[in-house]
Amino acid sequence: MSNFGRKLKAFFYKTKYFWTKLLLTLLTMLIVTVLSFVLIKSLPGDVVHQYALNLQNTMKVPYEEAYETATRLLNYDPEQNIFSAFVSYLGGLMRGNLGQSMFLEDVTANTLIRDYLPWTLLVSSTSLFLSFIIGTGMGVRMARKRNGLTDTIMTGAITVTSSIPDYLLGVILLMYLGSVAGIFPTYGAYDLSSKGNFWQFLASILHHAALPIFTCTVAQIGGWALMAKGSAVSVLGDDYVNAAVIRGLPPRLIDRRYLKRNAMLPLITSLVINFAYLFGGSAVMESVFAYPGIGRAFTIYIGKRDYFVVQGLFVFLSFFIIIANLLADTVCGLLDPRIRER
Amino acid sequence: MKAALKKFGKGLATFFKGLGKSVATFASMIYGNKKAFAGAIILMLFVFLALFGRLIFPYDETTSFSQMYQSPSAEHILGTDGMGRDLFDMIIYGTRDVMSIAFMTALMTVGLGAVVGIVAGYAGGWTDKVIGVVLNVVMSLPTFPILLIMSMFITIKDNFTLAVILSIFSWPGLARAVRAQIISLKERDFIQICKVMGLSKAHIIFSELLPNIMSFVAINFISSMKNAITASVGMMTLGLALFEPTNWGGIIVNARNSGAFAIPAARLSIIAPIVTIMLFQIGAILFSNGLDEAFNPRLRKN
Repeated sequence: MSNFGRKLKAFFYKTKYFWTKLLLTLLTMLIVTVLSFVLIKSLPGDVVHQYALNLQNTMKVPYEEAYETATRLLNYDPEQNIFSAFVSYLGGLMRGNLGQSMFLEDVTANTLIRDYLPWTLLVSSTSLFLSFIIGTGMGVRMARKRNGLTDTIMTGAITVTSSIPDYLLGVILLMYLGSVAGIFPTYGAYDLSSKGNFWQFLASILHHAALPIFTCTVAQIGGWALMAKGSAVSVLGDDYVNAAVIRGLPPRLIDRRYLKRNAMLPLITSLVINFAYLFGGSAVMESVFAYPGIGRAFTIYIGKRDYFVVQGLFVFLSFFIIIANLLADTVCGLLDPRIRER
Repeated sequence: MKAALKKFGKGLATFFKGLGKSVATFASMIYGNKKAFAGAIILMLFVFLALFGRLIFPYDETTSFSQMYQSPSAEHILGTDGMGRDLFDMIIYGTRDVMSIAFMTALMTVGLGAVVGIVAGYAGGWTDKVIGVVLNVVMSLPTFPILLIMSMFITIKDNFTLAVILSIFSWPGLARAVRAQIISLKERDFIQICKVMGLSKAHIIFSELLPNIMSFVAINFISSMKNAITASVGMMTLGLALFEPTNWGGIIVNARNSGAFAIPAARLSIIAPIVTIMLFQIGAILFSNGLDEAFNPRLRKN
């Protein structure tokens, strides 16, 4: 038994990095939940009462029953004391009831996530992977031919693209390619008329997503290129690269086998972390393109002051980002033992 | 208490003496690096415009719809906006507004970040651990959703509130970076020697540690100004922050809302502020990259 205890202790010590990360994640999740509860708690007191009155009228039931339904739908009863209210709020969240709209009967945070999140994922994941592939390729080239013409031109181009905030690039492209030239649609995710035919529908989706994807890709390329360049420059100084050069291997082979692979390792971790932020951070971009993504849903319902839906979306987005962060940290810790030592 | 204050004052005095010296070396380093020099000139142009632009190019606030969306002419260099006001004068006038948001945000971000970072890095032990957990939690909170939610409860009417909201989430990253720098500096010989010589904490912090992280702080100050402009215009685009009609972001939003996409002469009301923002950002990027190169021997060419 004592042997088992020692083994257990050693196991915990070895995996200390992951346990602290897990603890931190749980702490952050708790803070987010408390924050969202405080948000509801700070609402004017008669919000639930108003909603119950609404229900009473639409469902034609006595007020007590309507009030009971209202507290269940909204996950919140202002007459309970703060602790039991919090517990029942948590219970509601666990059952997957994220929040009912106060104005529209058939809209909840759950339906909004179902309807809007896929569009966000389409645009942001496509642009993330495109920009990663193009950007890292550029970065490695820049590192190989440092201070040459290609490097200078690319550095200049990156300075210009990173000087313009991504959504303003979107405004310019939308204005010239959308409104003036009319090549691309200026709003929405697809044409309603194309919904009958599968191929037409697909084409319409791509047509609508093209401009947002292009904008996001251009905006992100610079960051990846600079990161890849920095990483590749440090790899270039390593002995095994010099040895490969001395052995007379063709430059293309050195690029692919020695440089790219080793320079890529630290970038993979950033890729995982960036993936986590795909889910929440595109509100401005989606609003510029009037693209029905989750960030846009969030801003729309904030504008409507539809508190319970906003609260639900907030909890969902936060949990997603926090859990994805934990995954990213775990993957990084597994890939690179040096991170665990810190 | 008095003695401690005196010591602190002395430390501060040596800090300012050191600051004078490091400003001089700073200036010569900037002059020596082409990128940093070009960036510094662009940034100084914007500071100059923010301070004196209104005196040189007086801005006529009166609106007249008969003058709306005029093409560029000798009278109106960039034409007029949707309310017949001179676009060029508006952009110049708005410089102070934009710069003050950026400056206040950067001041709060860098101030808080540097102080917390230095305290955590220098004190070590439990202080460091507690600050570390707080930083980790704040950094793993999803920033943008919280910003949006806050804007639901706080109406952002003035630039100061906007700056506070923008800096709330940006300081922890800087604090962590400063902390790492201080910890690595602390192990270096010259600080160890200072400790052995029995020099005061104030002396070590103000005249040994601070000058060494000055360039790092300066680079972060400029890049947080840059980020503040991006974020503040973004908040205005989403309609979450009220804005002056002359704020560059405000000009863009107003033009877009009044259908400038379809009117050829009105497109300038969107392009001109964007180009102005780009110019500032390019200045900031050049300045901080150049500074980084000048102070970071590893990045120096060859």
